[in-house]
Amino acid sequence: MEPQKKSDMQNATHLSGESNASSAKMLWAMVGIGTICALLIVLTYESTSDRIASLQDDALEAAVFKVLPGTTSTKAFTLQPDGKITLAKADDGQLIYAGYDARHQFTGVAVEASGQGYAGIIRVLYGYQPEQEKIIGFYVLQSNETPGLGDKIEKDNNFLANFKALDVALDQSGQLLHAIVPVKNGTKSNAWEIDAITGATISSRSVADILHSSIAEKAPVITKNIDVFMQ
Amino acid sequence: MLQKDNIAKGKDSTGRIADTDAFIKGLWRENPVFVQVLGMCPVLAVSNSAENALAMGLATMFVLAMSNMLVSSLRNFIPKQARIASYILIIATFVTITDYAIQAISVDLHKSLGAFISLIVVNCLILSRAEAFASKNSVLPSLLDALGMGGGFVLGLFCLGAVREILGNGTFFGLALFPEGFQPWIVMILPAGGFFTLALWLLIFNRWKVK
Repeated sequence: MEPQKKSDMQNATHLSGESNASSAKMLWAMVGIGTICALLIVLTYESTSDRIASLQDDALEAAVFKVLPGTTSTKAFTLQPDGKITLAKADDGQLIYAGYDARHQFTGVAVEASGQGYAGIIRVLYGYQPEQEKIIGFYVLQSNETPGLGDKIEKDNNFLANFKALDVALDQSGQLLHAIVPVKNGTKSNAWEIDAITGATISSRSVADILHSSIAEKAPVITKNIDVFMQ
Repeated sequence: MLQKDNIAKGKDSTGRIADTDAFIKGLWRENPVFVQVLGMCPVLAVSNSAENALAMGLATMFVLAMSNMLVSSLRNFIPKQARIASYILIIATFVTITDYAIQAISVDLHKSLGAFISLIVVNCLILSRAEAFASKNSVLPSLLDALGMGGGFVLGLFCLGAVREILGNGTFFGLALFPEGFQPWIVMILPAGGFFTLALWLLIFNRWKVK
């Protein structure tokens, strides 16, 4: 045990010397470490941001094909503030994607939406078919929902089956006929209801709310401008 | 407090042990999951599939190795009174870096680990290695200690993740293992299953050690 004692003693003297450290020394140490850390973070951010952005774009593009079944090509459009829809230019922000099948027939539009989930923001992409007035596909782009429960909104087949033909018909004035609402698992009886996940009530409700508020805003504009996509 | 006592009387505070021992002890004799029972939050929460467990273990191992190295190289510069704040700052930096790195590697992987990456900051395993080992030893032994402890953590997470995924989901790394009729034990991928599996592994591990 000799070496142990010796090093403990060294430690003790080391410590008592340190305990007299002035505030200035502590300040310098914290500022120094803070600077090193900030530098490391900035370096990593700078070197990864391009790749992260391009990966996220790829993921979004791949998702467009997932939410619009049968699509083989897409075109990006922009929702203008004056309620018109135009072909997207390079630096437009709010994009929607129109899909076309092999014979250049319009298959629907993919719209991105987001909102508060159980833990953080949920970002989703959904496919909307304006002629049938239905949501025909759904994909979670980003979420922090509880693993094993809330994250079933991403991969649970029974839950995703809700979005193969979710009724979002509009009435004459452009309002949704029926709100998109979650119902208790196994009790879905209407085409506009979402069969919720057992144990993930809040996540299911969030998805319904996100879709409802997005579709209520976008569907009237898209339906009104449907000719734009056919050209 | 148990783990603190362990560390206080442990052989790792002298800095005189062989380098290989610094590596091996984390894998087996002082395994962070099965012996020290440290960092239980990610162990129980992210071990619901083998893939998540492995990715989480490797991310923790990376943060542990990097923070141990930086803490060790700055050990004469960090004042005693401000050490915990300094360690947390260093650990948080590497967690942020890991978060960016995982996003740059794969969007899907980042999606499946979700919130747990940022929770590595509060993993007490990392703070305890900085405090108990890296602050008293030079860079190379600290790195080996981190790799050993990190490796032990990966091993522990993987043991839990594999069992929970096989029983709770009927798959292993996403591959179906059982015929169509198998009814997965949902409880195993829920939080309760984490406790069952952890208890089971602790039982096996301790039986083995006693023999």
